[in-house]
Amino acid sequence: MSEAAVTSSGDVLPDGTKGFVEDFSADKQAFQVPWGKAMMWIFLLSDTFIFSIFLVSYMKVRMSTTDPWPNPSIVFGLEVGGVSVPLLLIAIMTFILITSSGTMALAVNMGYRKDKKKTFWLMVATAALGASFVGMQAFEWTKLISEGVRPWGNPFGAAQFGSSFFMITGFHGMHVSAGVIYLLVVANRVRTGFYERRGNNYEIVEVAGLYWHFVDLVWVFIFALFYLW
Amino acid sequence: MAYVSIADRDHEIEHHDDPQTFVAKYVWSQDHKVIAIQYGGLAILIGLFGMVLSSMFRLQLGFPDTFDFINPENYYQFVTLHGMIMVVYLLTALFLGGFGNYLIPLQVGSRDMVFPFMNMLSVWVYALSVVILMASFFVPGGATGAGWTLYPPQAISPGTPGVDLGIVLMLVSLAVFIVAFTMGGLNYVTTVLQARCRGMTLMRMPLSVWGIFMATILGLLAFPALLVSAIMMLLDKLIGTSFFMPAMMAAGEVTEYGGGSPVLFQHLFWFFGHPEVYIVALPAFGIVSDLLSVHARKNIFGYRMMVWAILAIGGLSFIVWAHHMYVSGMNPYFGFFFATTTLIIAVPTALKVYNWVLTLWQGNIHLRVPMLFAIGFIFTFTHGGLTGLFLGNVTIDLPLSDTYFVVAHFHMVMGVSPVLVVFGAIYHWYPKMTGRMYNETLGKWHFWLTFLGTYSLYLPMHYIGFLGVPRRYFAMGNTDFMPDSAITLNTSMTISALIIAATQLIFLYNIIVSLKKGEKAGGNPWKATSLEWLTPDTPPKHGNWGHDLPVVHRWAYDYAVPGAPDDYTPQTVPADEVPVGRDHGVDH
Repeated sequence: MSEAAVTSSGDVLPDGTKGFVEDFSADKQAFQVPWGKAMMWIFLLSDTFIFSIFLVSYMKVRMSTTDPWPNPSIVFGLEVGGVSVPLLLIAIMTFILITSSGTMALAVNMGYRKDKKKTFWLMVATAALGASFVGMQAFEWTKLISEGVRPWGNPFGAAQFGSSFFMITGFHGMHVSAGVIYLLVVANRVRTGFYERRGNNYEIVEVAGLYWHFVDLVWVFIFALFYLW
Repeated sequence: MAYVSIADRDHEIEHHDDPQTFVAKYVWSQDHKVIAIQYGGLAILIGLFGMVLSSMFRLQLGFPDTFDFINPENYYQFVTLHGMIMVVYLLTALFLGGFGNYLIPLQVGSRDMVFPFMNMLSVWVYALSVVILMASFFVPGGATGAGWTLYPPQAISPGTPGVDLGIVLMLVSLAVFIVAFTMGGLNYVTTVLQARCRGMTLMRMPLSVWGIFMATILGLLAFPALLVSAIMMLLDKLIGTSFFMPAMMAAGEVTEYGGGSPVLFQHLFWFFGHPEVYIVALPAFGIVSDLLSVHARKNIFGYRMMVWAILAIGGLSFIVWAHHMYVSGMNPYFGFFFATTTLIIAVPTALKVYNWVLTLWQGNIHLRVPMLFAIGFIFTFTHGGLTGLFLGNVTIDLPLSDTYFVVAHFHMVMGVSPVLVVFGAIYHWYPKMTGRMYNETLGKWHFWLTFLGTYSLYLPMHYIGFLGVPRRYFAMGNTDFMPDSAITLNTSMTISALIIAATQLIFLYNIIVSLKKGEKAGGNPWKATSLEWLTPDTPPKHGNWGHDLPVVHRWAYDYAVPGAPDDYTPQTVPADEVPVGRDHGVDH
């Protein structure tokens, strides 16, 4: 530090490691970001714990059950033209969700460029991709239910397979659905000029984007730990 | 457009119209002070109910075979609901929802929480969770009697009281409470981090804010474990999954369950449950530091160490949970690990106790009611902390586990101690919240009866715990290992408990009557330095600070600074007018 740091009330702060702490804990605010963004980060940290605990619990019951665990690549396989393709639907769903992260990132960029129209349409595209993900998840649930998979038991092996599957994908699907609604609400406000009137400030698009990327990231973990393992 | 912090924004942009109607002012209020009082009032009400429950089961323990209206079934319901209410619905809600809401914006120099609407939702969702909890008493089968830890399989197996709807409502109520807490908690953390006034660095914040801040972070990271385990137990109960349920017989029949892990629930519960201890303790640590400093007219000893101790305790509290499970069946190496971390956490905690005592050393101690409660806290907390060292060691814990020694330990350390701080804090901030003083004499009676009462209640409890008297038994019957003295002691403990319970009526009378009859307090009756005492109005109005936000130039503990005109220097006084008393740190 070449110059001594000063608080906005005009007091001199110390140097060295103490100065490092003081710098981080400087007055007014710890992070140079809007409140909504800071709060979303903290919320996502809390939500990370929720999903981690879901996944850890799934691993634990997978260990504790005495029945054999069903093979996910067979259970989640699709018949295409008489050939069973393992994990086909899940692969498509994952691809779609990750694509939606891309459109979301573009929407955030367009928001900062104050391009109202492009921001709106990119957010709608993101929401549409999210909705199609939920739709395919509904298809997957229907297929499994028709094959006799229930939360309390299934014909393929351990009952905990169905329990964990419906609970974790259901909880994640709720997050995606809530995200779709959230995105549409924000997109609509972008369209009607709500943010334009409030100082032309589109930071909320980024906050919504944080949530959306988080939901996608969680899916990657669910995909790896539930479907691939 | 660069982001502008609240302290630097133009006042006119930030000005909102004050609510006018009664409903907008006191019911759907978005003012953090009204929300704080709603939170606190509701928490105290439900806490009183929890206290009545404890009197009921104490009657049974002290005078077995005397009262017809207490049968084994509702004995278990009373014990369960007493525990759950006191830990979650009273202490968590009161410290974070009540004091957190009231103190954070005032002590960091903010006009309100960052998202007042969400803050309002938080208190009403909390009210909903209380309603759901209370409803469980009125459903067929009554409330759950599974013990406050709600361990499966017993919690959802036939034979346990409230196995039908009681346990379902309990779990739903907890889930709703967590939603309420999350909405409030995000607000508290964001407000502390992002909405401080000019000059209010993190290292100048009063320790109350530090304690509440860290406790809220713990809550945001620990409650997810409870939420997830509540969801899984609800699924086990309602649709027959087997997350926690092994293959077993219940009431003579083979159940449909199989393959689940009851120990998983214990891990999840205590991953929440242990941080929960510190969610309750850290705000108490913070608040008591402020009370001691103000009423001893001395700066808090080792402010920086106090802050780091709060952070260290918060971090360590996440890696000690399995010390609640030494007898559940665990790899001995795990026991070794968790015993070690448990004893390590005693280091920052002991550091805080030393610092409190050193704050009193050669202070100008005013034994006013808040100070009495603060000093009482040092006694009870040290006491409870020392018995914690016994229980933290695996080999000593094994014979003491599930005896009254455990009950006595956790009541001293996280029951009595935080509650003493709650009382001290209510008396301390009462003049600010209401503009009037409480009655000092009644307050002293309240303190001495409560303080001595708790000792006469819990000291014998350690003794019968050492004798091996197990907790959670409805009646002891004629057992050889239990001498008559244990039975006699139970009777005397019950009488003490009833006296303590009755004493709280003095407290209620005092705070209610003083609302009208108390002397006018003025803005700063304790001559304290922190920002909440410097508001232009008492009680503070909507927006707290009038036209301009305060500007801070020093830490919150400048008492008896050599060369200063008064024995206290408010945080807003510039350093070139009055020297800063701090020996090291921000201000040179």
